[in-house]
Amino acid sequence: MVVAERKPIEEILAMVADFKKVLLVGCKGCVTVCCAGGTKEVGILGSALRIARKKQGNPLEVVEHTLERQCDPEYVDQLAPMLKENGFDAVLSMACSVGPQFIAKRYPIPVYPMLNTTFIGGALEHGVWAEFCQSCGNCLIHNFGGLCPIARCSKSLMNGPCGGSANKKCEVSPEIDCIWHLIYDRMVELGQLEKLRPVFPIKDWSTSRDGGPRKIVREDLKL
Amino acid sequence: MKAGSNLEKIFTQGHFAVTGELGPPRGASVEVIEKKASHLRGVVDSINVTDNQTSVVRMSSVAVCKLLVDMGLEPNLQMVCRDRNRIAMQSDLLGAYALGIRNVLCLSGDHNRFGDHPQAKNVFDVDSMQLITIVKKLRDEGKMLSGQELEGVPKFFIGAAANPFGDPFEFRVTRLAKKIDAGVDFIQTQCIYNMEKFRKYMHIAHEEGLTEKCYIMAGITPLKSVGMARYMANFVPGLDVPDYYIERLKGVDKKKQADEGIKIAVEQIQEVREIPGVKGIHLMAIEWEHKVPEILEAAGLLPRPSVN
Repeated sequence: MVVAERKPIEEILAMVADFKKVLLVGCKGCVTVCCAGGTKEVGILGSALRIARKKQGNPLEVVEHTLERQCDPEYVDQLAPMLKENGFDAVLSMACSVGPQFIAKRYPIPVYPMLNTTFIGGALEHGVWAEFCQSCGNCLIHNFGGLCPIARCSKSLMNGPCGGSANKKCEVSPEIDCIWHLIYDRMVELGQLEKLRPVFPIKDWSTSRDGGPRKIVREDLKL
Repeated sequence: MKAGSNLEKIFTQGHFAVTGELGPPRGASVEVIEKKASHLRGVVDSINVTDNQTSVVRMSSVAVCKLLVDMGLEPNLQMVCRDRNRIAMQSDLLGAYALGIRNVLCLSGDHNRFGDHPQAKNVFDVDSMQLITIVKKLRDEGKMLSGQELEGVPKFFIGAAANPFGDPFEFRVTRLAKKIDAGVDFIQTQCIYNMEKFRKYMHIAHEEGLTEKCYIMAGITPLKSVGMARYMANFVPGLDVPDYYIERLKGVDKKKQADEGIKIAVEQIQEVREIPGVKGIHLMAIEWEHKVPEILEAAGLLPRPSVN
């Protein structure tokens, strides 16, 4: 899933400093699962903003609403009645950055992102998420025991650990596992170590963002 | 002869090779380079010029190499994968050759997190292994990565680094074998302090016949003080400094620690010379270039052979 985290409250307060009335919109997709922008987080941020502005003697009216998803036009359309003549100064989106962009495309009102969209990842344990994929557009992980060196090696190395790998940790931080050490262990476990022996060829990054913004068209699904 | 550099000739004529290292200045001063180079003149066979090492911005490695060429010295161009994509790399390699640079050392590069611009976007389009294949393709096929025929072929002597002390140890010789397959001619190792582990590494490499397929140079970095030894032991990932050296430096008067450090370096040089498959040393006297002649003299490696 897309993993995101909320921006610091100070940054958000600065964004909304000039506003009197805002629509705070959550999303029931990925950001609900990673506890960043679902109904619950909308409630928490809404209250925090109201309290902070009340303290300043400059109250802010926050209307809360959570959509099924913000990355589909049909759900974003549902905001139309709310945004019609209600005097909102801005929409604050608690989706990943796709959400505010969809809202911006649909409505002539300023939109602000409440989250920093961080990575494609998963939960390691309750309250801990990590990056697993860089969406390079050409998955190669079967060559590496099912682990991705592009997303998970700090240098995206394709041919083994650099000289900075020590005690299974990355030279960048002891908080980061050396994915190449894990790949090595995994290949030993699978009895496939010899697969790491050939020089892995230079990657074609044209399927990644390097080829420009990407689009998928599925003719079989188009209406 | 693949490139005809002085370093290649030293190896092919059977001499024990010695390379030095010059870190470019954090500024545009040619004087700093001239001063550092003056200590290395006549005492090493080739001079590595580092490429923004530790991700700290310094004068361009290609530019400094060219200045050394103009001074009549032989540079070894270090090139890292952190800051350039395949387009810039091939372009710089062609330019470097045109400027008279004949040796190139292919490296992944220290991560930018460590440097003076941790906010930078890094590249890592290719890794060090793949960079070797690029240089080899340019040289041996006369073609770019795209297959485009070159107008003028850069005949580089191709080097790479190896760290026998990184983890997992069992994969380190495999990495070396991969670099040889990729097309490397010579290897310079990470600074060696744990001699026992290095012997073990070289033993496996020798048994596998790898020492016949490339020239392996043992990396030596003299310890200037017990403080430096502790720093290397605790803060440089992938370095292995046994307590023995720290204790030994601690045991002498502070003013004598530098001399003791040189003594240790000389002993290390003598030890690596005894290890089968070691064809030279790479002396990295970090901000201590002026001590290089003294160390090499004491190690019996001067004068350097002149080759044609």
